[in-house]
Amino acid sequence: MSDLTVTPQTLKIDKLNKEFVINNQTVGVLRDINLVIKPGEFVSIIGPSGCGKSTLLRLVVGLDNQFSGEITLGQQQIHGPGVNRGMVFQEARLYPWLTVKANVAFGLGKGHTEAEIKDIVQEHLELVGLTHFAEAFPYQLSGGMQQRVSIARALVNRPQVLLLDEPFGALDAITRIQMQQEIIRIWGTEKTTILLVTHDIDEAIFLGDRVVVMSQRPATTKAIVTVDLPRPRDRNSFDFVKLRKEIYSEFFSDVEVPFAYSI
Amino acid sequence: MKKSVDWLKENYTALLLPVVLLLIWEVAGRAGWIRATLLPTPSVIAQTLLEVVKSGELFVNLGISIVRVAQGFVIGAGLGILVGVQVGLVKKVRTSTSLLFGVLRPIPVIAWIPVLILWMGIDEGSKITVIAIGSFWTMLVSVIQGIRNVDKKYLEVATILEKNQFTLLTKVILPATLPAIFTGVRVGIDVAWRSVVAAELIAAASGIGYMIMYARELSQIDVVLVGVFSIGITGVLIEQLLKLLEKRLLRWNVNIRES
Repeated sequence: MSDLTVTPQTLKIDKLNKEFVINNQTVGVLRDINLVIKPGEFVSIIGPSGCGKSTLLRLVVGLDNQFSGEITLGQQQIHGPGVNRGMVFQEARLYPWLTVKANVAFGLGKGHTEAEIKDIVQEHLELVGLTHFAEAFPYQLSGGMQQRVSIARALVNRPQVLLLDEPFGALDAITRIQMQQEIIRIWGTEKTTILLVTHDIDEAIFLGDRVVVMSQRPATTKAIVTVDLPRPRDRNSFDFVKLRKEIYSEFFSDVEVPFAYSI
Repeated sequence: MKKSVDWLKENYTALLLPVVLLLIWEVAGRAGWIRATLLPTPSVIAQTLLEVVKSGELFVNLGISIVRVAQGFVIGAGLGILVGVQVGLVKKVRTSTSLLFGVLRPIPVIAWIPVLILWMGIDEGSKITVIAIGSFWTMLVSVIQGIRNVDKKYLEVATILEKNQFTLLTKVILPATLPAIFTGVRVGIDVAWRSVVAAELIAAASGIGYMIMYARELSQIDVVLVGVFSIGITGVLIEQLLKLLEKRLLRWNVNIRES
């Protein structure tokens, strides 16, 4: 087994602004985003489609460096990609020419021996429950299974932060609920910080320690709701429904309510 | 055995049309509707085929042409892949070669044959070069297209995982380009096969094109036809071999498996 252990670090997003230039016009995407995410915390981000929540994840993972403000992980400023952050997209994005095993191994950084690679891959296939499919090609798997492989690939480096960009958005309702339970189990095992972007309010509440509600573009943090419910959560419990109502009205409120949060 | 029976059950209609045409041809020939000096009947052609097979004339010449195609294709396609990867990946190379390639590429391969004969004589060199030129352009275009079509999403994953340029090229870009390269191989071999026959028809002392030309000079129409059809049949065999190879190499490609 790998001897890497996660030293928990805080992810801090400070005065983040992001603009795109489209046809010589500057369009604001993210405006003054401030978030402090505790080590091991599970934070859901919801917002209307096209508001820039996926852009936020792309900045955190380091695919885009054109922004003002600061993103720091522990003491380290984020500027560019790094294996201390893993990402899972809406589409599994597996390489169709590699087997499941090879796809997961592709996630690994440098400096592992063959035996180590074998162990780490095996361990992560066990984690996502796909040991029997190690030799399969992606086309032989269902959408949910492909997404599990994608999660395993993102986790092999034991990232400090796992970024999930609408990872279950393309799955059917039942598979989605199963995957939500899976991700909670994996989170419990791996103890990484998770930042999840979703447009599903139920999913946001079911999974998150906190739910960040974003506004229309340029996206600001409209509200941050703490989900103080015991796990496993019951989607039909009184408190859950109450929270859903609260977030729902927040989501669709057109009036900007100033929120001052100290985290 | 069972496999070929199954194949026949599914594809017998593919054989039906040629067989019917041959029958009509044979009947028309025997009835005297077609002049035998211009178009002998299939049975006569079959006899000639047996003769040239027995004498070794057919397979020797066919073999010489196939070896030429193989040599020229390996050189041309190899260079096409190497240059194509550079052009596809490096913008500077793309810009600096655009005019040169733009002018040279549309020239039909056959137009080079007189030039090459003057430079290299009618030996193997000129023929192999003609084939190489033809396969070079097809492969170049396929590789550039293939690289351009590599899904950006695959590249992003590699970026996030901090892969270096070498891993990116060998593990992501080249496998993703492989289907396009295979299209290049199929079209390229087709072009190569055409150019070798053309080159041999114009000037050669051996090869299937030479055999056809020589028989024409002797007015042996039956030998000419045997040569012409053997080109077609060799083409079908090459195509089948390539399909098998493609199936093995591109198991992961859903589009191929379903066709």
